[in-house]
Order: sequence, then structure tokens, then C-alpha cells
Amino acid sequence: MSETLEIRWHGRGGQGTVTAAKVLADACLSGGRYVQAFPEYGPERSGAPLRAYNRVSSRELRMHCPVLHPNVVAIADATLLEGVNVTEGAKEDAIFLVNTSKDPSDLRAKLKLTPRQKVYAVDATKIAIECFGRALPNAPMLGAISKVTGIVSLESLLEDVRKSFGKKFSQKIIDGNLEATKRGYGEVTEG
Amino acid sequence: MAKVVAVTGNEAVANALRQANPDVCAAYPITPQTDIMQRFSGFVADGLVNTELILVESEHSAMSACVGASAGGGRVITATSSQGLALMWEILFIAAGDRLPIVMPLVNRALSAPLNIHGDHSDGMGARDSGWIQLWSENAQEAYDNTLQAFRIAEHMDIRLPVMVCLDGFIISHSIERIEYLEDDAVKNFIGEFKQLNPLLDVEHPVSYGPLILPDLYMEYKRAQHEVMTKVSKVVLDVAADFEKISGRRYGLFEPYRLDDADIALVILNSAAGTAKDAVDQFRDRGIRAGLVKPRLFRPFPYQEIADALKSAKAICVMDRADSFGGFGPMYMEIASAMMMNGKKPILINKIYGLGGRDFLPEHAELVLSELADVAKSGKARTFKEYIGVRE
Repeated sequence: MSETLEIRWHGRGGQGTVTAAKVLADACLSGGRYVQAFPEYGPERSGAPLRAYNRVSSRELRMHCPVLHPNVVAIADATLLEGVNVTEGAKEDAIFLVNTSKDPSDLRAKLKLTPRQKVYAVDATKIAIECFGRALPNAPMLGAISKVTGIVSLESLLEDVRKSFGKKFSQKIIDGNLEATKRGYGEVTEG
Repeated sequence: MAKVVAVTGNEAVANALRQANPDVCAAYPITPQTDIMQRFSGFVADGLVNTELILVESEHSAMSACVGASAGGGRVITATSSQGLALMWEILFIAAGDRLPIVMPLVNRALSAPLNIHGDHSDGMGARDSGWIQLWSENAQEAYDNTLQAFRIAEHMDIRLPVMVCLDGFIISHSIERIEYLEDDAVKNFIGEFKQLNPLLDVEHPVSYGPLILPDLYMEYKRAQHEVMTKVSKVVLDVAADFEKISGRRYGLFEPYRLDDADIALVILNSAAGTAKDAVDQFRDRGIRAGLVKPRLFRPFPYQEIADALKSAKAICVMDRADSFGGFGPMYMEIASAMMMNGKKPILINKIYGLGGRDFLPEHAELVLSELADVAKSGKARTFKEYIGVRE
């Protein structure tokens, strides 16, 4: 990992994308690292496109502005690929992770990625519906982030998912999210 | 043992308020401050603090209740933002004039019109002359640390003045960052028990607050207010030294950054200072002697100390996240005054940035530093006041 890893999330209001960024920040605290998680605040409407950001670094994070050149772009809703320029500003060797049932090799052409950029796909919505019955893709997306970036171990991530969801939800929902995180980790494929 | 957590600026400030365990809190919600008081009222409901929570119908009433409770003899807090502070305006002066040690986090937000809920410094700068001490914070850690130190400064027996702790709305208040919390016991020992001074509720020793004072003594009263302000800097530094012992984190009246031999310098408050420091490093790497001042104590303003820190600079840009329409930005006016004290005359320019939450990006800091390098070389300013990061 480079000294600072910057992630840009693209999601829609109500999908749990902001929560995903928060959980990831918490999970990355280990080892004395510095973390940030923040959404772009606009008119919050359910279903409206939104962005959220993470920074993780071994150095103190002093920058307080949106991530302009992400190392990782996580797209929690594939319908955003039609209307949002998700590749904007991405690093030459950026990783793209898309929640989709489609073959990741089709995504490479669609996103017009450069040779050093990588793309991964995970059917996070399907996993979420199967694990806890709701189309909230954040837990499998986090599992997939853990796998493709190595920024946090699956064990640390599961611990934080348990902690974050434990405050609000029943054991059944927590267990479903833990299972969904593991499946996201296991089922993500490279294109 | 410190505890490392990833929390929002608001959550960190609310935790500091819990640890201070105030006697009374009177508050009214306003974005982006709401989250602080929502959390604090949770602490009250859960019995984690012994605070009497007074829910009022406006910020004017919130500050009025704080004045009464503080004069009554308790440790008192509130928190607000933007229009809320504007509505407190009348009572801010009464809190300071009555020498009441109220602590108030101010989550900085733009003022209407047009309506905007995002971060800028117009609210806090508008309270500049109210007689409150102001501490400004770059990030969630500083907001937490400044809130704890604010109690010691406000309640110091030589000071007894209200303190406002400023942090940037949304950029800090709603962003999650890694910070270190101190243990409850360490905070309790650091802040200490609240000491009463002339409490109204001590009926054995009756006192009056806020009497009518006519021209025969009003000016002496105001001079006393001026004089107590001259003692604040020393107390702020003493409190910072004690705080360093328990936290390992050092605070001054302002933060000088790479200033010792700087030819060009930025003066910039709060969260944007962090972004600007990264740009200063880049210019240093290119062999350009750049530096930065981040003020912390804005009232009373450390004119002489900041003038000394900027003594080597040939060109300085003061960055304001607020405007005094028809004048320069409020920080510019302070730095211009400071520069008179050593008889040095660097070229001083003013940029207005980030109003209403407009992003302050690394490229903005780089553009300003490049312009300063040109100004230092040519000895001429292109323009003295300008808006940056604005659509044409």
C-alpha cells in the first residue's frame, strides 16, 4: 500500500454507503493508522447519487477536502455508471470495485480503464438479499474492499461490522451482515 | 491511558462536555451543531452526567438561561452555530460583561442570506467584539482538546470569562477522524472542581449582576474588561502546558509551521490550515521558503507574538473564510495591525475562500503560494483583496 490510500465511494442515498465508509475507517484504525471518513453533503434524498470518502494513512492526515485522485473507487450501485463519471481523477493504477451481476471483463471496456487500472465485480445486492433480505450492499462491498485492497483483514472488518451494527440491529441482522461481508470477500472477481 | 477512536468532530466535542460534567446546559438545536446537543442530552438521559438540561425555544433564551445559571454559581455550557449565534448576539455581551465562565462550542457555519448550512467563519468572526475568548480548532482532536482546556481558561480565578471553541461545520463536525480521548479521571483532575465566584444563589452574601452603570463608572468597568483580556494569553499557555503533561499534545497561542526562515507565508484558520500545510511542504521541497501561521487564540489576539513569528516574511497572504463586506477579511485586519508592531512592512494580501462550505483544495493553496513567490520577488502586489475558488 502507498503511504496514503484514498477511496471514493459512489452510492445512492439510503443504500448504506456512508455507513460503509464509517465502518471501514473504524476497522482501519488498527496499527496506529490515521483514518478519515466523510460524505459529500448535499440535499440528502433517498436514491439520489452521493459520494463518500475514506483516507487511510500511516501518517497524520491533515488534508480536509474531498478525495480528488482516488486509489480505489467503490461503486455501490451499477446504475450510477450511466450518469456519473466514476473514473474522474482516478489514479493511473486505481482499483475499481463495482456492485453488479455482470461479468467484470465487460466493465473494463465500459469504464474505458487504462492498462494499469484494475476492475473487480461483486454481486453485493444479491448477496445482501440472500443473507438478510434487504438490498443494502454495504456489507458485501466492505468484504470485497478488504479482499481487493488488503487494507484491513477480514477478521478486523468482521469485528467492526459486529460492533457498528450491534448498536442498532437484532442478532439476526448482525449475523446476516457478517455472512454477507464474508461472502463479499469470497465472491469478488477480477475483470 | 489514552483511547484511540474514529469519531466525528461533534462526537468528540460532546464527549469532552460529558467529561467536564457541567451543572447546567441550556441549548437549542441548529445544523451542524445539533449532533453535539443530541449526544449530550443522551448523556443526561443515561445519567452519565449530573447536568440540569434546559430545553429552550430559541438561542436567545439558551444564552439567557446560561447567563442566569452561571451567575447562580454553576459550570455552564451550551453550543450553537450560525443563525443561532446571531440570535444570541445581545446576550453574548452580557455573558462577557458579567464575567461569566460559560463554555460554548461553536460549529462554524455560514450566515443567511442566502440560506446555507455549510461551514465558514462568518458566525464566529461576527462575535469578535463580544468580549468572549475564542479558540479555533483545525480538526476533531483540536476541537476536543480545546473544549477541555476552555473550562480551565474560562474558570480561572484571574479570568472568569466565557470561551467559544470554534470548529468547522461539516468538514470537521461531521467527518470521522482518528483521535485520542483522555481517560475520564485524567480529565476530571485536569479541569478540577468548579469554583464559585460571587454566586447569586449564595443568599447569605447577596450580590447584583448587570446593574445600571452611568457615565460616572461605565468606562472604568469596560477598562477592567480590557485589562482582564491582557491576562488571558498567559493563562492559555499555562493551561496548555498542564494539558501537554496529560496528553503529550502541545498547544500555543497559534501554530507556527515552517516559519523560521520563510520568505512567504500564509495565515489561515481551522481545517483549511491542514490542507495548506501539505502545500507548504511541496513548496519547501521545491526550494521555496514557505511557511504558515494557524491562529488558535483569536480573542484576545496575540499581535506581538504573531508579528515576531512572521518577521522574516517578505510577502504574506491572509486567508479569510469570512468577509467584512466593503472592508478586508477579519483576519487580514488583525494581521495588518500585528505587522505595525515591529515596524516591518511585508506585502500583505487577502484572499477570501471557502464561503458557505466551498471546498478549499490543495490547488488553491498552491496558487496562492505561487502568487506570493512572485510578489516577494517583484515587490509588488497584483491585487490586495480577491475571492478565490469562485466561478467567473
